[in-house]
Amino acid sequence: MIAHQLTIHEAHGLLKTKQLSSVELTKACLERIRQVEPRVHALVTITDELALRQAQKADERIARGDTHPLTGIPVVIKDNMCTKGILTTCSSQMLANFVPPYDATVVEKLNERGAVIVGKSNMDEFAMGSSTEHSAFFTTHNPWDLNRVPGGSSGGSAVAVASGEVIYALGSDTGGSIRQPAGFCSVTGLKPTYGRVSRYGLVAFASSLDQIGPLTKDVTDCAMVLNAIAGYDSRDSTSVPYPTPDYTQCLTADLKGLSIGVPKEYFVAGMQAEVEKALQAAINKLEELGARIDWEVSLPHTPHALAVYYIIAPSEASANLARYDGVKYGFSYQDTDSVWEALEKTRQFGFGDEVKRRIMLGTYALSAGYYDAYYLKAQKVRTLIRREFDEAFAKFDALVTPTSPTVPFKIGEKVDDPLQMYLSDVCTLPINIAGLPAISIPAGFGDGLPIGMQLIGKPFGEETILRIAYAYEQATEWHKRRLKI
Amino acid sequence: MKLSHEEVQHIALLARLGLTDAEIDRLREQLSNILENFQILQQVNTSDVPPTAQSIPLQNVTKDDEVAASLPQNQILANAPQREREYFRVKAVLE
Repeated sequence: MIAHQLTIHEAHGLLKTKQLSSVELTKACLERIRQVEPRVHALVTITDELALRQAQKADERIARGDTHPLTGIPVVIKDNMCTKGILTTCSSQMLANFVPPYDATVVEKLNERGAVIVGKSNMDEFAMGSSTEHSAFFTTHNPWDLNRVPGGSSGGSAVAVASGEVIYALGSDTGGSIRQPAGFCSVTGLKPTYGRVSRYGLVAFASSLDQIGPLTKDVTDCAMVLNAIAGYDSRDSTSVPYPTPDYTQCLTADLKGLSIGVPKEYFVAGMQAEVEKALQAAINKLEELGARIDWEVSLPHTPHALAVYYIIAPSEASANLARYDGVKYGFSYQDTDSVWEALEKTRQFGFGDEVKRRIMLGTYALSAGYYDAYYLKAQKVRTLIRREFDEAFAKFDALVTPTSPTVPFKIGEKVDDPLQMYLSDVCTLPINIAGLPAISIPAGFGDGLPIGMQLIGKPFGEETILRIAYAYEQATEWHKRRLKI
Repeated sequence: MKLSHEEVQHIALLARLGLTDAEIDRLREQLSNILENFQILQQVNTSDVPPTAQSIPLQNVTKDDEVAASLPQNQILANAPQREREYFRVKAVLE
């Protein structure tokens, strides 16, 4: 047994039967972090002392027989979720010294279940980016090829899981920020339905699109983490008061009676041949497992999703990020007597290039004279995109697409070309626009580089996509492939 | 249509975002290029289509007006860049 390679359900079994202690498991992860972190740079903060204290407590809890599936299991939290007393930077100079006075709801829920927090993961600044190259601190490297990006913005979380630094992680997804890095790193990543998981304590980027979700080593783990974090929270007025099922109960090995659509607009120009080949093989596998496949589904507004997203998300971001004024917390420029100069310089030096670009784009789209042509127009097309999905889901239980049109790209390849970078989320961002749940699971390799398959579900239909993902996973070996580093 | 130097400066002022001349020049190029790509939306007929602001079936979420504990003052002030006694210190707003 190599402890750091365990899944949650494997580790839970060993902890419960006292074949492994949480302290041993935590030490194994911390040792692995020491080994690989200098090469992958996944973590902004390593909380080793806290982790060992929490592990000790977890062991006591397990000894008392008070065990939850996540008790004593090491986790990494994306650095845009507030952790009381622990630095929460959003990988930005603006929040480089920010220590939150409270926990995000998801962190509170993990702590109640006896989780062991080993660190906070690197990301694109304020979750704006698809490669972690927009982190103000450093770029995270893809462990499958250290010269390539891990995806983003939850790149640190995906790499921490893929390289065995931790057993699972939390990420956030506004346009693909859990699924695209999960696909690029060959791990499982779920974006729940908007409203399923509380956003309280998640640093806001685009409030109508943001959602927190798990990054794990397999689908069973994903369901277990979703069980822990899903549910209504009175502190987030957009969290829905619906009951939460036990997501591990839907995991069955066959897909009989399910119909799955393949939207052809997701298989278009710019897609790499090896991605297309892997997806075709994966979809054939779903058919073998009993699903009925329709290869001719059409979602004609798909080509408009990129523009809709890059108007709505920056517009919401420009409003959300107006709070960074250098008064109550965060970076503050002091070298002037003018209140206006202080404000402008605080934001000039506190924000990086991509954040500035999006604030400018959003401010433009919301400004007098342009509101109707950009923001309002995008909101109307958003309606059409959602309707199109609703019509498809009247016929299908789920839709399947690639997670990303390409395998992980090289570090530096797209960082100076914002439009090219934006295009790497072309398969994931329509799902946020419509507020749907979607999961990315490993579906093959092209030249040794990971390829992800995305399964999209109906609103609050997480059980169906978890079931499909699980059946596929049980019939394949991709998720078991471990790194050599 | 390419954004002018003045237009970019005006947007930056609305956002209270300080920018260098080099940044303004770069943003002129990049924003113009991105906005040109957004023109694709003008091809979509949206007459009679209502806008969508969010995707969940909830409206007017309210909660009871109940007194609850708030965070202690010293914890809230702990992150203050400039602080004086129990206050955030700010620069003079009025001349």
